[in-house]
Amino acid sequence: MPKLNINGKVVEVDVEDDTPLLWVIRDHVGLTGTKYGCGVAQCGACTIHIDGVATRSCALPLNAVTEEQKIVTIEGLGADKPHPVQQVWAELDVAQCGFCQVGMIMATASLLAQNPTPSEDDIRAEITNICRCGTYGRVLAGVKLASERMASNKG
Amino acid sequence: MGSELHIDDDTRPASPSRRGFLVGAGAAAGVFSFGFSFPMAGKALAQQAGTPDINGWVVIQPDDTVIIRIARIEMGQGSLTGLAQLVAEELECDWDKVRFELVKPGENRRRDNLWRDQSTGGSRAIRGSQEYVRMGGAAARSMLVQAAAQGWGVPLEQCTVAKGIVTHKASGRSTTYGAVAQRAATLAPPKEVKLKNPKDWTIAGQPVKRIDTLDKLNGSLVYGTDFKMDGMLVAVPKASPVHGGKLKSFDAKAVEGMRGVKHVLRVDDETVAVVADTFWRAKTALDALPIEWDDGPNATVSSDTIAAKLREGLTAETNFVGNRAGDARAVLAKASRVIEADYSYPYQNHAPMEVLSATVRWTPERCDMWGPTQVPEQALEALATAAGLSREACEVHTMRIGGSFGRRLMVDYVTMATRIAKQVPNTPVKMMWTREEDMVQGRFHPVTQCRLRASLDAEGNVEALHMRISGQSIMAYMRPSIMTANGDPVTFQGLMPGGGEMAIGYSFPNVLIDHAMHNPHVRPGAWRGVNLNQNALYLECFVDELAHAAGVEPLAFRRKLMAKHPKHLAVLEAAAKGISWETSKPPEGVHRGLAQIMGFGSYVAAAAEVSVTGGKLKIHRIVAATNCGHVLNPQQIDAQISGSFVYGLSAMLHGECTVKDGRIEQENFDTYTVMRLDEMPQVEVITVPSGGFWGGVGEPTIAVAAPAVLNAIFAATGKRIRNMPLKNIDLGST
Repeated sequence: MPKLNINGKVVEVDVEDDTPLLWVIRDHVGLTGTKYGCGVAQCGACTIHIDGVATRSCALPLNAVTEEQKIVTIEGLGADKPHPVQQVWAELDVAQCGFCQVGMIMATASLLAQNPTPSEDDIRAEITNICRCGTYGRVLAGVKLASERMASNKG
Repeated sequence: MGSELHIDDDTRPASPSRRGFLVGAGAAAGVFSFGFSFPMAGKALAQQAGTPDINGWVVIQPDDTVIIRIARIEMGQGSLTGLAQLVAEELECDWDKVRFELVKPGENRRRDNLWRDQSTGGSRAIRGSQEYVRMGGAAARSMLVQAAAQGWGVPLEQCTVAKGIVTHKASGRSTTYGAVAQRAATLAPPKEVKLKNPKDWTIAGQPVKRIDTLDKLNGSLVYGTDFKMDGMLVAVPKASPVHGGKLKSFDAKAVEGMRGVKHVLRVDDETVAVVADTFWRAKTALDALPIEWDDGPNATVSSDTIAAKLREGLTAETNFVGNRAGDARAVLAKASRVIEADYSYPYQNHAPMEVLSATVRWTPERCDMWGPTQVPEQALEALATAAGLSREACEVHTMRIGGSFGRRLMVDYVTMATRIAKQVPNTPVKMMWTREEDMVQGRFHPVTQCRLRASLDAEGNVEALHMRISGQSIMAYMRPSIMTANGDPVTFQGLMPGGGEMAIGYSFPNVLIDHAMHNPHVRPGAWRGVNLNQNALYLECFVDELAHAAGVEPLAFRRKLMAKHPKHLAVLEAAAKGISWETSKPPEGVHRGLAQIMGFGSYVAAAAEVSVTGGKLKIHRIVAATNCGHVLNPQQIDAQISGSFVYGLSAMLHGECTVKDGRIEQENFDTYTVMRLDEMPQVEVITVPSGGFWGGVGEPTIAVAAPAVLNAIFAATGKRIRNMPLKNIDLGST
């Protein structure tokens, strides 16, 4: 049976190997924080990290991922203590319906890991998740604030 | 719903009266009467939790946690927190200890409609319930303080309360709500309560954070699509892609052997569903299922044929008039200078991020649904009807929703899920749509066209305006019972004369606003903003056209027409001032536009700054002004208004559902494109404080987003955009 390394644990999944990773995570591993929004890698609600890189899991088949690759979902992102992005999101009350926000947070955490001080243009270009409630203004502010926080925490 | 309905025996009150409270004659003075008995019914819900409720709104736990019951639906708009603020304000509790619990419609029935209307739409969640919700908080406070006073054997009047702590100063004693809640729950409710003056508010009116956020940030919130039960199966449906077409046949054998597939079902005349152990297996089998459709008479309908029909409506005879003063037709017939323009607005999909779903478990005795709806009572009705059971044998377990924008004002998917579950008895079945199904089977923002004709006198004053809307009625499909002899009563939102919550902000000496109805087979629905969206676009862009034709600057031109509409004008002035309309020029290459409207009880206006470079539009900045009367939570109003511009501008820039061979062509976000962060302008929100009334916030400002930007585009390019969306228009050509 295929094995996955999710949130630091190796799990076996009894599932067809062309199943999109999103559905393996939701229905077979049982973690529903990763959302289905479109199924065609357009909206980003299904964003997870694979070896730290934000990845849209709805269009990635299980057989494209190896047991060695480390998958982190929203449940694993702030497992010990809330990630700075989650803290900032709470502080700015970013979420409205919240459905897209797990993906927004995952995309932001990955962006800041790779580019700790993104410019506004970087953020606008890199965070391409869809939010229909229209939280973009606070998302933008949230990415900037999280960037500052993370920089000062390191400093 | 009233006292004649069935009530569980164990929820019968001691009192003979089953009446809810009534707003008495003292209401104007801030004193509110509760009929002659506050409902004591239905302790069942609270008893389950081990703690009796004080009344329908308030449960106090021994550790002083305050649970506030919320009857309206939360789908991102923030009313859950707003309603909790109102209860907490009157309750005088510690805001940090407030939690919430959602009310179920069956529970509401069992408690004699204690929470009244649960439907959530029309920007009414707060303004439609604020008074009796506050009374609920005030009554609970009164009972809690009385319980403390009784315990001490002191007069009630000598006790004070703040942050959930009751104090008797004379004897130096104090206690907490948690300590007296048991006793309070046994007391008779007060016959009347006095509500606080909004100027004394300390929780309401404050920019408090939402109380339903943290589980949205760590993935733990279970939305309808996340819901799970032991032994649950998942159903994925597909309905005739041509609305109203029929399901002719399907070959279940072709997919029955596929892994996980349990059933292939005919749901109704137009729908088939595959039921499997997981969503992906059900979807995979559904995609492989050979299906034959009978498209019916609409198989040849296209966007072009619909548009041609609507064009006929621009000149057709009609009796349906929304606004008439003087004789606009006669004046226009004789006028020396007539300005004329035709506009159109396409179908839009709600496209909430969470697709439709409902989990239903049907047994011969009972039927339950777990899932999202904006109309819990109607969902319960649909559930019971499709289940073939009494409403007493059914319940809808409401949930917070991953966006809705009006789509779940309809209960088609509740009926569908129940019909599926009934064929798989004793088994919970989660019906979940694909995004493609959600896009094709939407209930679309209606398609309309508009012809506007106005005459100007030699000084550039408007003599007459005729605005003919030709298009689809939402209510003819969605709620035929409210149609009038002439047409759809919500057609003229924002264009109606005087009073009401949708009044036009201009006085024209002669005006005629009428509507010719044509209803294509594509099913319409109430889409956030409803008809205000296109009505504001038509009116505000055309007024801008008239201003330019008259050679008058657009703000000054509007002022003249708005002299008798001070509240409309005040928000327009605020937006104009906010963008320095008259006091400073925009940066080089940047141009401005204005728009205003009234809708859902609020006055709104926007001023936009845009540039167009090499045919590429950039929306730099929007200043939005709102007068919604009382301001309950400024930071949530800011969030709603900022978000409403995304919804409105997304439709203007990208949104278009087209019809080919009778079917909606756009099936996902790759073709129904929406606005993302890269296009988000800076939105500055100004609330024009007024108090004195309660206006809606979730919807009105959507309507000024597009016209403000379109008028700015004209200022930038000299080009009038009259057909949406902009993605179809080359702004570089002239």
